[in-house]
Amino acid sequence: MRTITAQDTPIAPGRTLRSVRSRIIFTVMLFGLAFAGLSVRVVDLGLSAEASAWSAARSGAADMLPARADIVDRNGTLLATDLKTISISANPQKVQHSGEAAQQLAQVLGGVDPAVLEHRLSSTSSFAWIKRKVTPEEQHAVNQLGIPGITFRDEIQRLYPQGSLTAHVVGYNSIDNEGLSGLERAFDEELRDRAADNEGPLRLALDMRVQHAMHEELGAAMRQFNAAGAAGIVMDARTSQVVALVSLPDFDPNDPGSAAADRQYMNRASQGVYEMGSTFKTYTMALALEHGVASMDDAYDATHPIQISRFTIRDDHPKARWLNLPEIFMYSSNIGTARIVADAGNGLQKDFMQTLGLLNRPDFELPETGTPMVPENWRNVQSMTVSYGYGIAVSGLQVANSIAALVNGGTLHRPTLLLNPDARDDISRQVISAETSEQVQALMRLVVEKGTGRNADAPGYLVGGKTGTAEKSTYGGYNRDALVTSFVAAFPIDDPQYVVFVMLDEPKGNESTYGFAGAGWTAAPIVRGLVPRIAPLLGVAPSKDDSHPMTRELVRMITPEVRS
Amino acid sequence: MTTLAARTDMSIVGRWWRTVDRWLLAALAVLMLSGALFAMAASPAVAERIGLSSMYFVRRQMMFLPLAGFVLVAFSMMDARTVRRAAVILFGVFFLLTGATLVFGAELNGAKRWLSVFGFALQPSEFLKPTLIVTCAWMFSEQFKNGSFPGNRIAAVLGLACIGFLIMQPDFGQSFLIFLVWSALFFMAGLPVSVIALLVVAGIVTVIAAYTYLPHVASRIDRFLDPSSGDTYQTETAMNAFQAGGFFGRGPGEGMVKRALPDAHTDFIFAVIGEEFGLFACLGLVLLFGFIVIRGYLLLLREEDPFVYLSVGGLLGLFGIQALINIGVNLNVLPAKGMTLPFISYGGSSLLAMAMAMGMVLALTRRRRLDRPAHYGESWAGGAAS
Repeated sequence: MRTITAQDTPIAPGRTLRSVRSRIIFTVMLFGLAFAGLSVRVVDLGLSAEASAWSAARSGAADMLPARADIVDRNGTLLATDLKTISISANPQKVQHSGEAAQQLAQVLGGVDPAVLEHRLSSTSSFAWIKRKVTPEEQHAVNQLGIPGITFRDEIQRLYPQGSLTAHVVGYNSIDNEGLSGLERAFDEELRDRAADNEGPLRLALDMRVQHAMHEELGAAMRQFNAAGAAGIVMDARTSQVVALVSLPDFDPNDPGSAAADRQYMNRASQGVYEMGSTFKTYTMALALEHGVASMDDAYDATHPIQISRFTIRDDHPKARWLNLPEIFMYSSNIGTARIVADAGNGLQKDFMQTLGLLNRPDFELPETGTPMVPENWRNVQSMTVSYGYGIAVSGLQVANSIAALVNGGTLHRPTLLLNPDARDDISRQVISAETSEQVQALMRLVVEKGTGRNADAPGYLVGGKTGTAEKSTYGGYNRDALVTSFVAAFPIDDPQYVVFVMLDEPKGNESTYGFAGAGWTAAPIVRGLVPRIAPLLGVAPSKDDSHPMTRELVRMITPEVRS
Repeated sequence: MTTLAARTDMSIVGRWWRTVDRWLLAALAVLMLSGALFAMAASPAVAERIGLSSMYFVRRQMMFLPLAGFVLVAFSMMDARTVRRAAVILFGVFFLLTGATLVFGAELNGAKRWLSVFGFALQPSEFLKPTLIVTCAWMFSEQFKNGSFPGNRIAAVLGLACIGFLIMQPDFGQSFLIFLVWSALFFMAGLPVSVIALLVVAGIVTVIAAYTYLPHVASRIDRFLDPSSGDTYQTETAMNAFQAGGFFGRGPGEGMVKRALPDAHTDFIFAVIGEEFGLFACLGLVLLFGFIVIRGYLLLLREEDPFVYLSVGGLLGLFGIQALINIGVNLNVLPAKGMTLPFISYGGSSLLAMAMAMGMVLALTRRRRLDRPAHYGESWAGGAAS
């Protein structure tokens, strides 16, 4: 740099003061301009910050909290809700020491593999997730690390306060909050719309207290009989609203993991279809009584097994005599039932099954609703096996719903999980007469008083029901050791308000059941334990009567020798 | 009666209080006190990050603040001659110390700028700046009074020597700052426009040379002009801080962005203030700096002593330019350049040196005529012109 001097330019003293003054003023103006410029910049930044905060607040109402409406049970208990959480991401280009950063992050974040993290952080992209939906503690810890290039963004976490209790009903979402299963999937759009329009929660017919009781009783039975699975439904007999729906084993929807891919977590109550066995005899009885095929005192020959084409139809505990209708039902005679349906004709039987909604996939809210497996050809042999519950596989939901129609005076409703279902979906129709319905009630009560369902006789409540024990079909035949046992019940049977369906998948007999694994030993006791727990919750008073009036008549029709 | 008593009170303190510019004094007091407040917002996050107790920087700053206040008042009580003598002596001392950093200095981030004195890290260059300015102002003013005195030449040599020392440390920010203030001093000293133009050209040449031969300077300027060309993490984070704060701020201690901001307690403290106290507080701070600078210059218009003119002009220039650059960088209107914000940024040396500089400004802008008018009548030849 050159040396600059003022020596060669002598300044006249008079000019100096003026020029120095004007230069001071010039300097002041420069500084004034600069500070004014910075002030303008500050105000400008402030306005843009306010503008972006304003637009964030505006759009936030629509696409941030809550993104999906809450789901609640009939009493308002929270089953699913949105929670604001933080997700941590990074701009890998701005992270300087990816190895060190990955180590530090993995130390404060649970469930993060430092090697994977380092790989992500050393990528050339400008965005990488570190961990999504972290706790406030984790966010604080990462913030304390002060690693450049790490950013936090608000995200929504779907939370299921009831955990596994509602896993199969409410379902769960993907990490991007799209419904993957259950009602979350069925009402994916509806839940978003409700949240956007502020329409309040989706209210279910479910009652968490009943759901919990069912969950507990089923779980206990499953453990007791070492079963592979269990399912249970409590349904309002007069509206077909589902008050409880449980499938075991279940999982935590807050952390579903690979539940969707794992067969053992299938919804056994509505998706799984099973050959139900003797519960189907209820339909055959209703069919015969409704269409005048037989009356209560008509007797059928159950002396010998029936040979039809290559099948032999036998009874589990053969009486080897003629049996009337109440006897066929209470002893669960396959031969007798087959003879009744032979009288009715297979066309009438198929129509009746169709009317009860047993041959088609039910119109139900859950995506996990199974399609029944029905005989391709409905000839005499199929007709006979269907009459006692073989050769046809339906879901527990279908059984519960059709039994509700048979005992409630004869009206079939659409099963629903919603407290206020759309009235347009109502398909209610009379499927049997009130008289037939009363006869079905009486027969079901007879089973519990005198027949295979005695273990379901809950003290104080008039339970009526029917056992169903089916061998699981395997390649080339049925497996005597792999059973599906079920019990379908209604209470109080003289004025049915609720239908209960319980099922155990492959229960094993134990000492308390003398090695027996049939429905009377394994499924019926669940109902005896459950009904006294849920009846008070559901507002059902204990019965003063100890029997159904018509059942008393039926008891008199039973051949005395058997009673001893 | 009290007024009368005060008027006749000829004690040093009484005379000081009567003659000092109280607006300037009040503005500086507000600045220092708000500096204490802002230090509590910005320092703990940095201290925690580098593993010190969270109040480490705050405690140290609180220790220096009263000392700085004392230095400011002490210097403001001096008369012009004492100021000049003190400045020249201190210039000599700190010139040597700055030289010493090249030999004994502690190396930090590849630069030797600090000397360890009684356990404190002393940065002599902070003190070199104001004392150099006053010394040069004296040289210029001597040439005014006596044309044959080679004051301008001496000032030029001293300035170049200081710039040379700072480049060797290396500390380009400080050397650029000294060059700017020193040029402003020449400008105010009444140099012809042609010479000023030469200085401007020299400045531009220097910047171009730095851009060409110094990669880190080049990359900083590139990143400012084109943010996508490289890492703009600091300025981007600073922008996020302002965005997060809005006009009213998130509230003291509520800042989040500050934790991710390097040098939050020094070079980027303004952004932290933006996040926690809001842009209205930032605006207030800008206006406060502007007020001090402009008020100081306007006070000069009644002065007649060239030494006072030039030293106050230079010291205010140093104060103002440093504030402008720091705030400009924070607001992303200037390329990133490490520069402390006077009285606000953490740092003992910078705080004490600034207190000394502004103490001198207060001393030199006191209404001297009420005190000893006769002594100054001789000093400025311009009286005859009007």
